[in-house]
Amino acid sequence: MQTQKFKSPVVRWIDHRLPVFSFMHHELHEYPTPKNLNYLWNLGSLAGLALVTMIVTGIILAMHYTPHVDHAFQSVERIMRDVNQGWLIRYIHMNGASFFFIVVYIHIFRGLYYGSYKAPRELLWILGVVILLLMMATAFMGYVLPWGQMSFWGATVITNLFSAIPGIGESIVIWLWGGFSVDNPTLSRFFALHYLMPFLIVGVVILHIIALHRFGSNNPLGIDVNGNQDTLPFHPYYTTKDMFGAMVFLTIFASAIFFYPNFLGHPDNYIPANPLQTPAHIVPEWYFLPFYAILRAIPDKLGGVLFMFGAIAVLFVLPWLDRSPVRSGRFRPVFKIFFWLLLADCVLLGWLGAKPAEGIYVILSRLATAWYFFHFLIVLPMLSLVEKTRPLPQSISTPVMGGAAMAGSSAPREKPNA
Amino acid sequence: MRKFNILTLGLSAVAGLMMSGSVALAAGAGGQIVERDWSFSGPFGSFDKGALQRGFQVYREVCSGCHGLDYIAFRNLADLGYNEAEIKAIAAEYEVQDGPNEDGEMFARPGIPADRFPNPFPNENAARAGNGGAYPPDLSLIVKARPNGANYLYSLLVGYGEAPSDMTVPDGMHYNSAYSGHMIAMPQPIYGGDVSLAGEGDTSMEGLSADVVTFLAWTAEPEMETRKRTGIAAMAFLLVMCFVSYGSMRYVWSDVKK
Repeated sequence: MQTQKFKSPVVRWIDHRLPVFSFMHHELHEYPTPKNLNYLWNLGSLAGLALVTMIVTGIILAMHYTPHVDHAFQSVERIMRDVNQGWLIRYIHMNGASFFFIVVYIHIFRGLYYGSYKAPRELLWILGVVILLLMMATAFMGYVLPWGQMSFWGATVITNLFSAIPGIGESIVIWLWGGFSVDNPTLSRFFALHYLMPFLIVGVVILHIIALHRFGSNNPLGIDVNGNQDTLPFHPYYTTKDMFGAMVFLTIFASAIFFYPNFLGHPDNYIPANPLQTPAHIVPEWYFLPFYAILRAIPDKLGGVLFMFGAIAVLFVLPWLDRSPVRSGRFRPVFKIFFWLLLADCVLLGWLGAKPAEGIYVILSRLATAWYFFHFLIVLPMLSLVEKTRPLPQSISTPVMGGAAMAGSSAPREKPNA
Repeated sequence: MRKFNILTLGLSAVAGLMMSGSVALAAGAGGQIVERDWSFSGPFGSFDKGALQRGFQVYREVCSGCHGLDYIAFRNLADLGYNEAEIKAIAAEYEVQDGPNEDGEMFARPGIPADRFPNPFPNENAARAGNGGAYPPDLSLIVKARPNGANYLYSLLVGYGEAPSDMTVPDGMHYNSAYSGHMIAMPQPIYGGDVSLAGEGDTSMEGLSADVVTFLAWTAEPEMETRKRTGIAAMAFLLVMCFVSYGSMRYVWSDVKK
């Protein structure tokens, strides 16, 4: 009987009518998880933690913020100075965006290395890319809200990208702005959308988790679980591990918030927006820099926009570009080398995105952009055909236990109240 | 359970690199910057109260002729160590426009602690007209609004001098080694001995400049001392929680055969 696992009669009564407790027990407690996950598998729960942190702090900020060009900058300063603990809420939100991206980028590269995008997890991966896109849109619009110099000029540069669309581009930009330049209508709609989109992210995250729980987590060996000896119940094994990961994450996050809160920001954003004065260098936030480098690498405006969006689009079709039956990079000696090259390439693009678009930086940006697409469109399909992979272990328990699989050794810990 | 593997380390290192990269581009605005040790730098730094009060005096007697302090109210001066009576007295020295009264007239009255520092100019155009076309920026946030703000501002204040012989300085401009392009509209504000300090203190150009920079670091981040103090407590708590959660994880995992 489903309901017998709950001791409290109240819980049993509710669960019989509305099986939320059974659902949670099934998905968060029993949920069988590969026993060999390393710390990189902590990043999923950390991303969830970051999302919740952003939503909670964001709602509080929205209570004090004024989305009007004449008041936005002042209202943010008022939050910093006159709202109780306002500085803390705002610094958490401001740095939270960066830490959210750090976590998600590591999460993505973990998926790339261990082949987590391969069958049967293609939709799980694609939903993840959708989340990334939504995050980028949300972060971009959020950065506009304080209405500092970088807010204004960043918004001007990015919205102007749409003018590259042939024929209707100019009309689309005017429609986006709600006027003939970035102005009050732009700010108020960005605020409305910045408040809406995190909840869309929550929706897609729920789908992401449903898709994840269909087949369970991939694992560092990239092989399927063979039965109970390969898995552990999610609780308490991975709840405690995620808790430890969360504490380490929060420690690093807190050190940024309390001691270097403006380290990741741009000083120009403490200057109120001035449409008559362009800053010397308009730079996006660090998490957009690789994409910014790709945008500027292409000499043609429309081409740049297409390549920039193409850099994300290629991730959508990744499960069909990499056809190798072996998931984990551990057993793919050549893929492994190219993985590290891709990572280095993305770092290089990020560095180039922060440099002025001139001289050697332009040439390097073009080479790095070419390599990025070469990796996904040529290297991965080729490797699927020619790479000689190393033999896969028979099961997760075999390498972990040194041969003799001991069934039952990983049985769930007895719960005192079970 | 595996220990940290190379991929974990590699990805974390990359994240760190990306983040520090964004800062590197913020630094290096062109001029010569003197790096100083400030009482308020570092995780344990706090504002030197004496320097804050001296710096406030420099602001009042030198800077406030042209530069506003929009985000600071007289009540905030409690952070500098002034008591309520002193703050009321300071506020009353300023004339603040209020109104309209019952007759619909605007009127001037002495300031109260809830008032913000009045602006030296009624609007930006008046400020430009009074300063040869240049706009003296509001100073409340100036330390946060410039890369390496405190050091930059100090270098700017002590950076005036003779222009090199190959450089012609146009009328109304001044040579400054810290300013980007080395030509600044603001005339040298502090020469040393400009202010007769209420208490003891170094009235050299360097001393007064350092004091006013400390004051402006406070106006930019009045929450800094609370922030750092809270941070120390938060870090202590989180580090303990790291050990506790690590211990509980190891305890739970102890029955899983490697």
